[in-house]
Amino acid sequence: MGSKITHWALRLWTLGVMFFLLAPLVVIIVYAFNESNIQSFPIHGFSLKWVVAAWHNEEIFAALGLSLKIALLATVISVLLGTTAAFVVDRYRFFGRETVSFIVVLPIALPGVITGIALGSYFEFFDISLSYWTIVIGHVTFCIVIVYNNVIARMRRLPGSLREASMDLGAGPFRTFYRITLPLMSTALLSGALLAFALSFNEVIVTNFTAGAQNTLPLWIFGALRLGQNLPVVNVVVSAVVIVMLALLLLCYWLMTQAGTKQKEHP
Amino acid sequence: MNATNAVSDNSSPEDSVIVRLQAVRKLYGDMVAVESLDLDIRRGEFFTLLGPSGSGKTTTLRMIAGFERPSGGHVELDGVDITDVPPFNRDINTVFQDYALFPHMSVAKNLAYGLEAKRLPRKDINQRVDDALRMVHLEDHAGHLPGQLSGGQQQRIALARAVVNQPRVLLLDEPLGALDLKLRQHMQVELKRIQQEIDTTFIYVTHDQEEALVMSDRIAVFNKGRIEQMGEAVELYERPASEFVANFLGTSNLIDLDGKRVMIRPEKIRLLVGTEARPADSWHEQAATVQQKVFLGPSIRYLVRLECGTELLALEQNVTGFSNASAIMRGSRVRVAWSRDSVYEIPDTNR
Repeated sequence: MGSKITHWALRLWTLGVMFFLLAPLVVIIVYAFNESNIQSFPIHGFSLKWVVAAWHNEEIFAALGLSLKIALLATVISVLLGTTAAFVVDRYRFFGRETVSFIVVLPIALPGVITGIALGSYFEFFDISLSYWTIVIGHVTFCIVIVYNNVIARMRRLPGSLREASMDLGAGPFRTFYRITLPLMSTALLSGALLAFALSFNEVIVTNFTAGAQNTLPLWIFGALRLGQNLPVVNVVVSAVVIVMLALLLLCYWLMTQAGTKQKEHP
Repeated sequence: MNATNAVSDNSSPEDSVIVRLQAVRKLYGDMVAVESLDLDIRRGEFFTLLGPSGSGKTTTLRMIAGFERPSGGHVELDGVDITDVPPFNRDINTVFQDYALFPHMSVAKNLAYGLEAKRLPRKDINQRVDDALRMVHLEDHAGHLPGQLSGGQQQRIALARAVVNQPRVLLLDEPLGALDLKLRQHMQVELKRIQQEIDTTFIYVTHDQEEALVMSDRIAVFNKGRIEQMGEAVELYERPASEFVANFLGTSNLIDLDGKRVMIRPEKIRLLVGTEARPADSWHEQAATVQQKVFLGPSIRYLVRLECGTELLALEQNVTGFSNASAIMRGSRVRVAWSRDSVYEIPDTNR
């Protein structure tokens, strides 16, 4: 009897948490199709006019283009650097190995404001003018962590005997890497890259401190919210971003579970 | 058997040595994993490195494979020094303890891996992969992924993947450790069959003394980074060079008899009841009390105490079955007897 009550209480609690997390997103999506430009509930009527307005807004598409470009660059650089770091930390025992591991992971623990201010003053000190490259550098600092963590977790799960077996069968280090190590890491790399991309694409705080005149999509949303004139259009943009991100996350999740079932050994 | 059999001199011509370790040592920091080791392994033999974990047997195997670099000494393959040759350039293949099958490749791809690295023509590769699969009776599983196979099948694929390369020496690192008893016993016979069929030198690492006895032509017993004794199974069993070997291979009674340290194997002790006479007049006979009786099925194990207080294990064949099951019980007064040939004096190994 007691366990049944607990069961239902837990169910209710879970639903409450889900509501708390997801309700704001639902509200935004609903408002995106609101006929009125005054946000009040229930909405006055269904309309696609804000979607059309957003579609014809060139500012939005410029910001979207910039965001995609930055996210892509940040992802590529993070994958290269993060994977290299993970390889070195996993394969070699050297003085300061733990420190390297800690420093690589640190940026994710630092508040974005700190990273942002630090990078901002760094660029100023060295007289580097703010451009989309400085934004990319800012994003790489935390994207690298995601890739690094993903890759090193996979490497630790791969038994060392696989590499030894490859060598034993006559494959040199290069062949071993592209026939054994890389294929077995590919899903970890891909999911790391997708997460890094999503993080970069959504980032506001660090971007704020490292952007010059550039307007990324999150910055545009942030600005529009503060001005408060284009709210319905913002709702449309945010809804679109939410849906795209959700798809990316699902893909990422699927990739990770795929890898899990494939490598599970039967008794 | 008499003492002159203890050291069998099987010195063989130089060209029959395929793997030679010369003063090979391995240190990890201050820890000595393998002490200066000299070892000749002959062409075509099934050679076993036997010992408890941490005795240096696996490290020795890994130095032959090339995964570990000796801290000193030389490794020779067919008279050529390969100490500095990386594993991918050694004509040696390994069957790993965890099989190390590539999980993203089919069974056939796993088997072809070594041949592709050697750039053999595709036709030859396919032929040899087919042959190897047939040898381990898994020709129907070429397209499966390793994860879809049972433990025993994975083990055979691991073996086939090594054998398919026709290496000069095959190394096996506790390859049967993960299998259950029945399957393990089956695979022991199977391994020996394959070894004779392909006529290749096998170097086998195990901590299982029974496994070593079943398959090996010769066994090296490892303890604390050195070889305690090396020889054929019967030699090690009947004439162990140290108490360690006597205890590691089978069960022994190690007792002080007439001021000497001697070994008597439990199966060589007879229990006599009532007026039963000893098998021969030359046999030694002594009164004892049964402390413990354990029914093992094919045999019965007794723990008996001599009048001097010494306890002995005795193992008797279960030949009488039910009818006589209660003839000897706990507390029974019996006489123990053994042939004088069964008493073996352990060499003084206090070093």
